[in-house]
Amino acid sequence: MEKIKIEICVGTTCFVMGASSIQALEFEIPEDLIGKIEVTESRCMEFCKDHKDGHHKGPFVKINGEVMADATYDKVLDKVRAIIKKKEEN
Amino acid sequence: MLAKNNASRIRTKLLIKIAETFLNDDIENIDRLPLNLRPKDEDHNRCCVYKDRAIIKYRTMATLGHSIEDETDELKPLSVYAKEALEREEDDKPVLTVIDIACSGCIKAQYMVTNACRGCLAQPCRLNCPKDAITIVNGQAKIDPELCINCGKCKEVCPYHAIIHVPIPCEEACPVNAISKDEDGKEHIDHEKCINCGKCLVSCPFGAIVETSQIIDVIKNIKNKDKKMVAMLAPAIVGQFPGTIKNMATALKKLGFNKVVEVASGADITTNKEAEEFVENMKKGQEFMTTSCCPAYVNAVNKHIPELKPFVSHTETPMYYTAEMVKDEDPNATTIFIGPCLAKRVEAQRSNLVDFVLTFEEIGAMLVAKDIMVAECEETEFDTISEASAQGRGFPITGGVAAAVAHKVGDKAEIKVEKIDGLDAVSMKRLKKFAQKGCEGCNIVEVMCCEGGCVAGPRVLALPKKATRQVEKYVDNSEDLK
Ligand code: FES
Repeated sequence: MEKIKIEICVGTTCFVMGASSIQALEFEIPEDLIGKIEVTESRCMEFCKDHKDGHHKGPFVKINGEVMADATYDKVLDKVRAIIKKKEEN
Repeated sequence: MLAKNNASRIRTKLLIKIAETFLNDDIENIDRLPLNLRPKDEDHNRCCVYKDRAIIKYRTMATLGHSIEDETDELKPLSVYAKEALEREEDDKPVLTVIDIACSGCIKAQYMVTNACRGCLAQPCRLNCPKDAITIVNGQAKIDPELCINCGKCKEVCPYHAIIHVPIPCEEACPVNAISKDEDGKEHIDHEKCINCGKCLVSCPFGAIVETSQIIDVIKNIKNKDKKMVAMLAPAIVGQFPGTIKNMATALKKLGFNKVVEVASGADITTNKEAEEFVENMKKGQEFMTTSCCPAYVNAVNKHIPELKPFVSHTETPMYYTAEMVKDEDPNATTIFIGPCLAKRVEAQRSNLVDFVLTFEEIGAMLVAKDIMVAECEETEFDTISEASAQGRGFPITGGVAAAVAHKVGDKAEIKVEKIDGLDAVSMKRLKKFAQKGCEGCNIVEVMCCEGGCVAGPRVLALPKKATRQVEKYVDNSEDLK
């Protein structure tokens, strides 16, 4: 199966808003996801500049290209597991 | 391992909003902040949107530098607190404060019988309880919280593992028993005992313990163009923001600081003096010496282990020497220490060399409020007073301080290092024992209140693991201390 791409925005806004907690995935991948995800970092994805309150929606993470606002470690994992489940069903 | 949680995100958001409000001179509207952050039609975290707003008001009050305990009139608006904050010259508030309505009042009894209890015939819980706190009600064991002394015997003997331990996170985290419940079940900090380590506030799942901030005082001074603002970056800064620390130097200048210096330069002076002191002490036949740069540890000694005082190094901290160099150069400079630590605030209050202390989180909020992207700033050199060494830059990782001293001592004395990596009830006991019986064959004890060192301080932004690597890289690329 193709690896699921997780792209963490580590621009200043997202970093201050807590992107680092998602970076935990760079050190320790939950057992069920080993070999199934690929974690990368990106500079400011510009979402924080989108509208006046953009930074209130950070940190941003892209999962297989799909943008997630207000991302947390758990939210990212939930999403990844949902994608895997869907793929397995198909 | 997870640095952020929902409670801390709410705090960061608010911090950014408050920074924006002051940077844009919008304080007239500060009373609206709780409403703006919790509009009526959006989700709420607590029982209702009104309680959320009330708590945001208290958080704001603390960020404006006020202790929640000082509230006398619930109706006093934030705009008045803001004005008072802008007018004050001195700040002598305790660093930590509890938002009592946010404190959930974790249950008092720390042991709880779950539904797994079968109401067995043997009843070992009841029979082994030294205080007769357990009765059998409706076929299940019940603990009387008034009688329970939290010894845990019942949990040990239950054949069904039906009794669980429910900790009170803040009390468990406090190394010195400084936080406890008052009559109405809310947590309360005893400032006589508190060493300002910040462990309670990191541990509270409700974000009910907060720090009083100096962010407003700093913004006010930045706006006053006559002031010469000097940012002093703690060695733990490396890896705390995207980009390099040279990017960060520029970002801080954009924010309005006139000079940016590295506290690692001051750390070199600490190393030199502490090494000298160590050699002398060993000559005098003193058994051992402990480091003195961790302010929470020094508070712990002063308040809880006074018998250890004679063993603590008299050398001042890296922050102290850095501020001294800055003020030597320009007595009118305003010095702002930027670091991961809350106890540094107390150290600064005691000295007249450091004017303000901000955390990485607070400086981060200011950068976001001003839309400054650190990694996109060009790189500039620090305004160095003296180039910092590899040893000085290694201070924020456990082992770094002792290694620096050992490097400097060289072959002038034999050096045997012991490390206390993180203060808790157990290591406090060990330190007490050191004072009486010596430190188990060592002759220098490095004490770090935060496990892992300053990179794991209460107000860091980066994952400690990741930050440690970056600090190590920075150290590797630096020159040895001569
Ligand atoms: S910093 Fe993440 S979108 Fe701008």
